[in-house]
Amino acid sequence: MRERRRACEFEAFTAGAAGRLLHVATLLAGDPAEGERLLVTALARTYADWFRLRGEDPYARTSQELAAAFSRRAWHYRRPRGGLLDRLPPRERLVLVLRMYEGVAEEQAAAQLGLPTERLRALCMHAVATMRSTPGSTGSGSAGGAR
Amino acid sequence: MTTPGRGSFRRTPGRKVDEVRRMLDAPHPPAPPDLAERAMERGKRLLRRRRLLHAALWTLLGVAAAAGTVLAVHYWPQPTVIAPPMRGW
Repeated sequence: MRERRRACEFEAFTAGAAGRLLHVATLLAGDPAEGERLLVTALARTYADWFRLRGEDPYARTSQELAAAFSRRAWHYRRPRGGLLDRLPPRERLVLVLRMYEGVAEEQAAAQLGLPTERLRALCMHAVATMRSTPGSTGSGSAGGAR
Repeated sequence: MTTPGRGSFRRTPGRKVDEVRRMLDAPHPPAPPDLAERAMERGKRLLRRRRLLHAALWTLLGVAAAAGTVLAVHYWPQPTVIAPPMRGW
């Protein structure tokens, strides 16, 4: 009975959130297949902890699990694998996605990654600068030359 | 590096950040339909493993408690009863 409820609620959640989460995972991992693997790992943990969320947003939890899974395997992702954030090292990729796409507050992201806030800010600024200086980035006509 | 957005009160350079944000917000393909199924299967495996580990730990605890009780009963120092010297024979 309890397991049925878990499965139903989890399915409803995944139906709504999987697209965005998969995008986040693909941004982090670079390649869609690898992103999918990362997301399945994170979602499996959310499923297992479903009744322990205690009012916490399952999306936020899965996003955290995703970031944690990515951090654990950062070494695995050190080489560029394609994708939009190909030029960034794993940690900068993670910081950029958390701050700019997921909209996680600076302090919260710093706590989540175990970094001082200043360091996180520096990483984020550096990542933004790198992204803007990247030649051939999508849809940015005025990016040339500016740092 | 130049100091960005000097006149504004934003902590981050607004225009650059917006540009990067737009870049990240690119349209993405929908998730494959079997994703939830796969995640659930893996989650179930995780749960099963977790429950097994819990059961093993509780069993170990139970066995340890039982063994402790048995040993305590067995080796508890018996009060030595000294019989009074017999007299009047």
